[in-house]
Amino acid sequence: MTSSKNNHFSTSKNHSCVAQFSPGAIMNDIAKSLKPEECFITEEPYYEPIGSEIDIFLAAYQQQIPVLLKGPTGCGKTRFMEHMAWRLKKALITVSCHDDLTASDLVGRFLISGGETKWIDGPLARSVRNGAICYLDEIVEARKDTTVVIHPLADDRRVLPMEKVGEVLEATADFCLAISYNPGYQSVLKDLKQSTRQRFVALEFDYPSIELETRIIKTEANIEQPLAERLVKFAHMTRNLKGSGLEEGASTRLLVHAGKLISAGISPVDACHTSIAQALTDDCEMLAAINELSSSLF
Amino acid sequence: MSLPPFTFAEIEERFDDMFVEVSESVIQHLTQFDIQTQDTLLELVKKAAATNSGLAYQLANRLQKAVDLMELDTIELWLDQAIDAFDSKGLYGAIEILNELESIAHNAKQKLTGISFDEVCNMLEHFVVGLNGRRLKVDTDKKTFTDTETIFLPNIINRFTEKDDNFQLYKCMVVFLWAQNWFGTWRGNLTEIFSQYENPARAQEWFHVLEMIRLEHKIQHELPGIHRQMQRLCELGGHLKTSEIVINGEDKNGQKINDVQKLINFNTQSEDILKLLPQVYHIQTPSLNYYAGCLQADQVELRREIRINKEKDLFRQAIAHVLEDKKDKPASELSEEERRELSAHQIPDPNMPEGFKYRLELDGDPIERPDGVESLMSSIIQDMGEIPDDYLVAAGDGNYKIISEQEKTDEVNMWAGTYHEEGAFLHKEWDYRRQRYKKNWCALREVKLTSGSTEFVKDTIAKYSGLIKNLRRTFEVIRGEDKTLKKQPYGDDIDIDALVEAWGDMASGMEMSQNIFTKMHKEERNIAVIFMVDMSGSTKGWINDAERESLVLLSEALETLGDRYAIYGFTGNTRKRCEIYPVKTFDDDYDDKTKGRIGNIKPHDYTRLGVFIRHFNQMFETIEAKTKILITLSDGKPEDYDGYRGEYGIEDTRVALLESRQQDIHPFCITIDKEGRDYLKTMYGSASYVVIDDVKHLPLKVADIYRSITS
Repeated sequence: MTSSKNNHFSTSKNHSCVAQFSPGAIMNDIAKSLKPEECFITEEPYYEPIGSEIDIFLAAYQQQIPVLLKGPTGCGKTRFMEHMAWRLKKALITVSCHDDLTASDLVGRFLISGGETKWIDGPLARSVRNGAICYLDEIVEARKDTTVVIHPLADDRRVLPMEKVGEVLEATADFCLAISYNPGYQSVLKDLKQSTRQRFVALEFDYPSIELETRIIKTEANIEQPLAERLVKFAHMTRNLKGSGLEEGASTRLLVHAGKLISAGISPVDACHTSIAQALTDDCEMLAAINELSSSLF
Repeated sequence: MSLPPFTFAEIEERFDDMFVEVSESVIQHLTQFDIQTQDTLLELVKKAAATNSGLAYQLANRLQKAVDLMELDTIELWLDQAIDAFDSKGLYGAIEILNELESIAHNAKQKLTGISFDEVCNMLEHFVVGLNGRRLKVDTDKKTFTDTETIFLPNIINRFTEKDDNFQLYKCMVVFLWAQNWFGTWRGNLTEIFSQYENPARAQEWFHVLEMIRLEHKIQHELPGIHRQMQRLCELGGHLKTSEIVINGEDKNGQKINDVQKLINFNTQSEDILKLLPQVYHIQTPSLNYYAGCLQADQVELRREIRINKEKDLFRQAIAHVLEDKKDKPASELSEEERRELSAHQIPDPNMPEGFKYRLELDGDPIERPDGVESLMSSIIQDMGEIPDDYLVAAGDGNYKIISEQEKTDEVNMWAGTYHEEGAFLHKEWDYRRQRYKKNWCALREVKLTSGSTEFVKDTIAKYSGLIKNLRRTFEVIRGEDKTLKKQPYGDDIDIDALVEAWGDMASGMEMSQNIFTKMHKEERNIAVIFMVDMSGSTKGWINDAERESLVLLSEALETLGDRYAIYGFTGNTRKRCEIYPVKTFDDDYDDKTKGRIGNIKPHDYTRLGVFIRHFNQMFETIEAKTKILITLSDGKPEDYDGYRGEYGIEDTRVALLESRQQDIHPFCITIDKEGRDYLKTMYGSASYVVIDDVKHLPLKVADIYRSITS
């Protein structure tokens, strides 16, 4: 498994995979229903690279190697995928994995329609058939027997066996498989099998540098530079507490939430309390400490 | 109807049971109380006796006065403080606390309006960790000051009528003393500088005032929220705000000096303050704020000197390892020039007080910093303001030689007759300097742990009865996590999805599946876990109690859960005498014998780790389980005689843990060593350890941690 460490994050104003219409329009119009493979991201999702992750992803895509994104929650993995889908002009089909996800949920199943059976592709088969990007988010949440179905797709065979229909679906050069997971989970029962992880090029994500994180918060939450700087400083304070009672420090996503609340008129201390402190812990003493830190800063 | 009180003879007997000799007057005094009070007081003496019989004796002799002055609850708090002091300072320290009986009784009365350190210490500890820089501890002392490693705060604050204001004062004290550390108050050799003045105490006083002004500028910029609180508290207490201090007067030559405070701003450094000292020295000092505490330059210098030397060695060793890797040869073979090849370059970092941090470079290329070096560098910069050039010379093999000498003497003693390897398990040990194993290096024996009374377990269950109920409930939820299994050949309900699919299959000419039911099922956990409990000498006192209490709570919880578990104590005294004490093997039941053994876990010698991990790895080979977990409960770094310390111990442990992982065993470490973060990450990986900041929380947290790592 090759690995490249990147420090980065991304956010977008038009955070929509269903992007033929903008969020503003959704509020006025009736929501349209689209097939996943028809969803193209038309507006560039805001994304700030630091390392060479975009180049590496593009190279892996060109060489038809699947990609594994690892990193803490809220550091920009999903946004990166949206950005790459936009760059490659491919549909992005995202599957949020959970422990009830079966192989049929990914590959497809027969359904009855008007007394006749009809094969319906699952998201993975759809992606392969249409040359889209299939992104399996939080792959460790899926059952281990389910993750095995991606194996033939993730090595040089690049095929998806569909036993039910007796077919093997061969992926075109357009198809791309990406998976993500958070290595910080402490559960020993949730780990990625070696046979799965060794099929991927791994991109490691982490929280961005101070300047970059400030820029992201400023752009994304539409707040002033000094306020963004303070929020980032606050995030670093909570990250100092990781391992001392906090499982994770505040992610960039939480900072964006706090920033948005502040720009909507909530006081910074209240915004940090509701969108960061409460999201991080339920422990009373820890909550009090985090709240005191934010009230010291603002 | 309540029972009659204990008689003189009965009380005397209870003291005898505790092996505490007291005078007749003490017993006589106790006879006048009702039975509940008598029992509570005797239990307190028993609690003290569990720590040290001398302490129990001292307590018993003061009971008479204590009962006059305090409520029973306060007496217990008083004893707890004494036990804390015993753990850190020994019997002498504990007696000191016992002697403070009157002031503690007075404080207890004050507590009604004030706020005590105990109420806020956990919160303040988290708070100060959240602030930047070296991890500072918080503790109590008669004086408010910092020695650059700990912030000492008053036992109780009762300055304001509102509780919250008193709490804010605690917070302001913490921030102000943190700022002294973070913004470089302690960089120079202050005692020496002050001694150049006719009146060093006066010079120190002025330095403190000027530093207060400087630090408040910094705090105002960095933490405006707390700065507002500082201003408010000054106002509330009728104190002059720091921003209102005006320094006017005459210097020693009679020249007028005006507004010295205006020379101090956000960019002023501690060195600039020292330059201002001669100007103001002859002027009357203004008074300090509530939160400014005092300066204890001598204590700081004592700490600082030890730390600077230690950190310099550690840093030089760390870069020696980097060079060893890059040059592919041991540090001892590096030439003098090669040792100096690493350089440090400043890069901007707005989070640092100086606005920059350092990047290590080799031949102009940045290199990745080894684990733990980040916090080491930050601490060095806090002390020195930079990474001095002589720090950048890689350590040679001097250290290695010292250890080898020790090992040689050990080799000689080894065969002197006290040790022999018959009947022992022999395990290898990893020598990172040689990069290879020392074969059959450690001799490990299983030593039988005799079972004692089950009282400890009963007491613990009583003490945590509420929590145990709660734990059982939570663990029952995991055990009984009902899962709806789909596509089952038989079950409680029809699986519509499966039925449709099967129908579809059938209609398309395939064989119809029989698996069309859903079934509620309790997912079977197939977990085997071994708990390795540190029985080293350093766990004596409350740590040992906390470990045992944790084991009781865990066992109660695990019995509910049904996971297979074993508990072993471990301790070592040189490589030839590594001992494990089976508290509960996988085959043992959690019965009275096991409970008695938990009660009998006692601190012994040192903490060698690798050998025990290897032993349990072997043990796991014979255990059939889908998930195997090895949990270490420890209080500090691996350390033993014969050179098993520092990097050697850490590296051996790390390699032993790698061996565990290769066998599909999941190692996990729970420690109360606050410095554990630096080395545990190297040993266990970032997601496989937890540091518990307060030993008192250990019993509450351990079961919770177990739940989170196995669900």
